[in-house]
Amino acid sequence: MRVGIVCPYTWNVPGGVQQHIRDLAEALIGFGHHVSVITPADDDARLPAYVVSAGRAVPVPYNGSVARLAFGFLSSGRVRRWINEGRFDVLHVHEPAAPSLGLLACWAADGPIVGTFHASYEKSRVVSVTAPILQSALEKITGRIAVSEAARKTLVEHLGGDAVLIPNGVATERYAMAAPLPGWPGRGDGADGADGDREGGAGRAGGGALGFLGRMDEPRKGLQVLLRAFEILGRERPGLRLLLAGPGDADEVVSRVSPGLRGRVVVLGMVSEEDKIRAYHSVDVFVAPNLGGESFGIVLAEAMSAGAPILASDIEAFDRVLLGGRAGALFPVGDHEALAAAAGELLDDPARRKHLSAEARAAVRAYDWSSVARDVLRVYETVAAGDAGVVESGLGA
Amino acid sequence: MFPDWIIDVLFWIAVVFLAGVYVSWRATRLDRLHVRVETARAALDAALVRRAAAALELAASRLLDPATSLVLATAAHEARTADADNREFAESDLSRALRAVVDQPEFVGALTAEADGPTVLEELSSSAAKVAYARRFYNDAVSQARIARRKLLIRVLPLAGKAPLPGFFEIDDDPPGI
Repeated sequence: MRVGIVCPYTWNVPGGVQQHIRDLAEALIGFGHHVSVITPADDDARLPAYVVSAGRAVPVPYNGSVARLAFGFLSSGRVRRWINEGRFDVLHVHEPAAPSLGLLACWAADGPIVGTFHASYEKSRVVSVTAPILQSALEKITGRIAVSEAARKTLVEHLGGDAVLIPNGVATERYAMAAPLPGWPGRGDGADGADGDREGGAGRAGGGALGFLGRMDEPRKGLQVLLRAFEILGRERPGLRLLLAGPGDADEVVSRVSPGLRGRVVVLGMVSEEDKIRAYHSVDVFVAPNLGGESFGIVLAEAMSAGAPILASDIEAFDRVLLGGRAGALFPVGDHEALAAAAGELLDDPARRKHLSAEARAAVRAYDWSSVARDVLRVYETVAAGDAGVVESGLGA
Repeated sequence: MFPDWIIDVLFWIAVVFLAGVYVSWRATRLDRLHVRVETARAALDAALVRRAAAALELAASRLLDPATSLVLATAAHEARTADADNREFAESDLSRALRAVVDQPEFVGALTAEADGPTVLEELSSSAAKVAYARRFYNDAVSQARIARRKLLIRVLPLAGKAPLPGFFEIDDDPPGI
C-alpha cells in the first residue's frame, strides 16, 4: 500500500504528534508498505529517507499560544506537488483542524483520506467565522481516528461526527533494556546483566527502592498518596528509598516529607528520555498512585515495557491495562495505608516481583506500535476499498 | 473715605473670586482632557474593529489557502471577542498573525495578481496603520490626563469627580509590510 502521511508540526521539534507519526511510519515500513511523510522542517534539518520537507514553519499566535505552523502559498504548493507525485492509495492527515499542513492536504486532495485527532481541549475553538473554513476540508475525511477518549470527546463536542479510538502505541523495545541510574542497584533484569536474586536487596533489612514518574504538582497524579505511604514504609524500612521524576518543584516536594526521611527521597525533576528509561530500571516497585483522569496511562505502559513490577491504584484505566491485577498489583485508589501494605508485601517477595515483571512485559505487547499500526492499517483498508487512490483536487474545491 | 476694613474685605473677596475662577478653569481643563481621552478611545476601538473586520474579510475572501484563513479568522475573532482583561493580548496576537501571514515571501505579489486582491490589501494596510495612529493618540491623551490628575490641587479638591483614572493601551501594533 502507498501511504502518504501529513505531519502538521516541525519534524525535529520534540512533540507527541511527531513521535506518533515517526513510530507509525516506521512500523508501517516494517510491514513492507511504501510510506512518505510530508512535514514542516527547518532548512538544515536531517530527515529520514521517508520524510519530505514542506518548508519552514512560522511561529504565529494561535488560540492563545504561539504555535509553529506551516501555511500559505508555498506550503500549499509543496503539498499539492507531493500529492501529485506520491500516487498514494490513502492519505493520512494528522491534526487536520490545526491551520497547518494537515488542513492544506485535505483541501488539496480528493480520495480516501484518514484523519487522526490528537488534541483535546475544553473550550471550543470552532466559532462561526472559522466553521466554514474547517468544514469544507474536514468533510473530505473518510475515516477519523482519535488517539484518546478525551480527543474523541473533543471531536464529538466541537466538530461533530465521531471517530474510532486507536490509542498511541508504545515502542516497547525502546524501554526493554537500560542500565540503572548511577547509585541505584536496579532489579538486575536489564542491560546490567546481574542476577535477579540479590540477597536481601529489597527486603526489610536491605535497601529497596520505590519509583514514581509524572507531574509532581498535579494532584490527580497522586504523588501525595505515595508520600503519605512513604511516611509509614520509610519508618518500617530504614534502607528504603524513593525515586521521583517528573515536572514540578523539587524543593516543595521534599518539604512535604518529614525531616527524618528526607535524605531517602531523591527528586530527579524533569528527566531526559534516556534517564527516564534508566529510572524505570532503577526501582524495585514502580508506583502509579493516580486518582483518576487517565484514559490510558502512557507512563504505566512504559514502565510495563521496562519490566518494572507495578503497583497501581485500581482506577478503571489501570485495571484494564494491568488485566485486573495480573500484570501488576492494584490497591484501592487514594488509600495510602493500603498502598504502604501492598508495597511492603512486594518488597518482601522477590519471586512475585519477578512474576509481575514478566506478566507486564507480556501484557504491554497489546499496546506495542506494531499492534497499533495493524489497527491503523485496517482503517486504511476500510476507506481505500474500491477507491482509485488519492488525486489532487480541483483548485478551490 | 472708606474705612480700612472695607478695603480688606474687598481685597479678600477679590482673592476668593480669582481663586474660584482659577479652580473652575482647572476643572474645565481636566474635564476637557477626560473628554479627549474618551474620544480617542472611541477612535481606537473603531480602528481595532475595522482592522479585525479587514482581517476577517481577507480570511473569507477565498484568495488564501484554508490554513492561512484559519489563522487569520481565529486571531480576528479572538481580538473582537476578548474581554477587557485580555483585549491587549488578543490585539497583539492579531498584529503578529497578520505579520506572519503577510510577510510570507511573495504573498503580496500573489495577492495583487488576484481580482479582489489589491482592494483587500489596501483595506488591511490602511486599517493596520490607523490602529497604530489611533493608539498613539489615545496614549498621548491618557498621559496628559494622568499628569493633570497628579497635580496637588486636583488631588486636594475632588475636581476629577468620579471619572476613573484612564489607563494606557499597550499592544504590539507594528503593521504588516504591505
